[in-house]
Amino acid sequence: MIQIKNLHASINGKEILKGLNLTVNAGEVHAIMGPNGAGKSTLASVLAGKEDYEITSGEVIFEGKNLLDLSIEDRAKEGLFLAFQYPVEIPGVSNVNFLRTALNEIKEYRKEEPISAKDFLALVREKSKIVELDAKLASRAVNEGFSGGEKKRNEIFQMAMLDPKLAILDETDSGLDIDALRIVAHGVNTLKSDKNATIMITHYQRLLDYIIPDFVHVLYDGKIVKTGPKELALELEEKGYDWIKEGVESI
Amino acid sequence: MDTILQQDTKLALFGANWEKTNLPFDTAVLEQANTIINTLDFPTTKVERWKYTRVTKISNKTFTQDKTATIQSLPTLPLKDAYNVVFVNGVYDARLSTTTFEAGLSVQPIDIAEEAKNYLGKMANIEDKVFAALNTAFATSGAFIKIDAKKVVEKPIQLVFISTGEHKVANLRNVVVADKFSQARITQVFLSENANECFTNSVSEYFMEENAHLVVDKIQYEGSTDFHIALDYAKQPQNTTFKINTVTLNGLLVRNDVVIDVNGQNSIAYLNGAYILKDNQHVDNHTFVNHYEANCESHEKYRGVIDDKATAVFNGMIYVHPHAQKIDSYQSNGNVLLSDTASVNSKPELEIYADDVKCSHGSTIGQLDEEAIYYLRARGISKKSARALMVSAFIGDALDGLDNEELVDYIHDILEDRFGWTF
Repeated sequence: MIQIKNLHASINGKEILKGLNLTVNAGEVHAIMGPNGAGKSTLASVLAGKEDYEITSGEVIFEGKNLLDLSIEDRAKEGLFLAFQYPVEIPGVSNVNFLRTALNEIKEYRKEEPISAKDFLALVREKSKIVELDAKLASRAVNEGFSGGEKKRNEIFQMAMLDPKLAILDETDSGLDIDALRIVAHGVNTLKSDKNATIMITHYQRLLDYIIPDFVHVLYDGKIVKTGPKELALELEEKGYDWIKEGVESI
Repeated sequence: MDTILQQDTKLALFGANWEKTNLPFDTAVLEQANTIINTLDFPTTKVERWKYTRVTKISNKTFTQDKTATIQSLPTLPLKDAYNVVFVNGVYDARLSTTTFEAGLSVQPIDIAEEAKNYLGKMANIEDKVFAALNTAFATSGAFIKIDAKKVVEKPIQLVFISTGEHKVANLRNVVVADKFSQARITQVFLSENANECFTNSVSEYFMEENAHLVVDKIQYEGSTDFHIALDYAKQPQNTTFKINTVTLNGLLVRNDVVIDVNGQNSIAYLNGAYILKDNQHVDNHTFVNHYEANCESHEKYRGVIDDKATAVFNGMIYVHPHAQKIDSYQSNGNVLLSDTASVNSKPELEIYADDVKCSHGSTIGQLDEEAIYYLRARGISKKSARALMVSAFIGDALDGLDNEELVDYIHDILEDRFGWTF
């Protein structure tokens, strides 16, 4: 699905990613954990194509294409989805209007027929149920006045609508209470298949109780420094990151 | 104001080859207009009201009247089911106009309307206003609309003003009389057909009786070389609502003056405006709301999107006179600049001489939210569409005030045409 090779990225001249390697195959769920400032969100932004970052070396192959050569929108059209840590409020742009525009531009890119208004509304109804998002929220302005939980549910709702190949969830669990967390996790699990993959970026092990990862990676100082099975997350929760840091620094 | 010594004869010569108006103005009004034309000059940027708008593009040109021009058929109009009253280069076109109206409504070309003499020039103060003075001296036609007491006009009245030809002038004069408890929508549409550097100079006066409700739309969509100067003047007695929506979509130089005197209690004025500019367009909106009486409201919302080297001017004044207590007044002007060379001069003004009022105003100038554009693009929406969505949302704030889907659709179609924005 995606191969990240020796990725270096910096912002304002400061190097954040320092040779990151990661391979994710279809059907897999990967969790990326790590202390503050390790580069977790940078990785998400770089993959989505945020223009503030400069890629200094390395490559990212997504479904056989060089991802870093694609525009932000073309990455999405190729099937990459980023669930934002801080979803943006866009007053005046309705959720529904925005999603129909997105869906039709993606379909056009894939040389498919645009979706009819009727089919689109049926799809909205079906997918909003997955994250128990009130149909009224779907017709409101994008994220405007949404609670923290509603914003995150809206991210997963959008993911359900766009049906990506690779979903990157950037701290999707942050700011969620237990009920919202369960709903969001249920959404992600429902959308999981052997044809798509998920990268979850998280601080806490909590989310991984609900979405079971196949691999857990520790990102520290711009690199993946440790990879293990889901139990690694429990170990991190118990011991913190210091033992990893010590291990890395002693090398 | 002090008498200004005549510095040149540009203004006096400007209309020298035009026929004098045959509209039934009072002699005193005509004399005032002629005095202004013969003693004043075109305004310069030293005059506060014209500080950001140079009129030399107009004053340096020679425009001619053209009373015989015709057009084949009506262009696409915003409202499908409306009474159409059509003027070409300032002359009424009976062939393209609706001639029968529902009972209680009369619409006539003002040059032949018997009753017009009771209203013409009796509201709009032309002092210091050289373009309104020119309009008064040389007006050719326009609509005289009378709505009887208690009459709710079912269909909108669509006034269509078309400019055609080279360097033609249209001095348009409209009068609307809304009797007690009447209600109507009047949509003025300004278009051009095969026009180059034409000049529309329009003055409208809105006479309302108590409990009358008027909505006036002004859709300005002339050609990219055309000029447009307008004065809209309304007086509101008690229990009235007056809403004026000014939407500017094209034109090289456009100046709109809206003056509303709220003279009676429990009246509400709404002013909505949208201007979407590109190339080297210049659009100037000046509004003046006078609150003379207590317990009234005014709500003003203007939104502008400015691209390329275009410039916009907004100057909104809310003036609350000493007796006008309990006024609830709100004014907001928002602007988005799409390029580094676009500019806007925004001046919200509030003068309050009463002590128990709720008034607020605000003005913003910014760019499209880059974070929001990134978010939209991350969902697969192209940069262009993302910007269009954002622009549409931004001006939608003002267009919502039109409260008419057909008009908004028409405006969106034009924006798609002109900017490639689809909504």
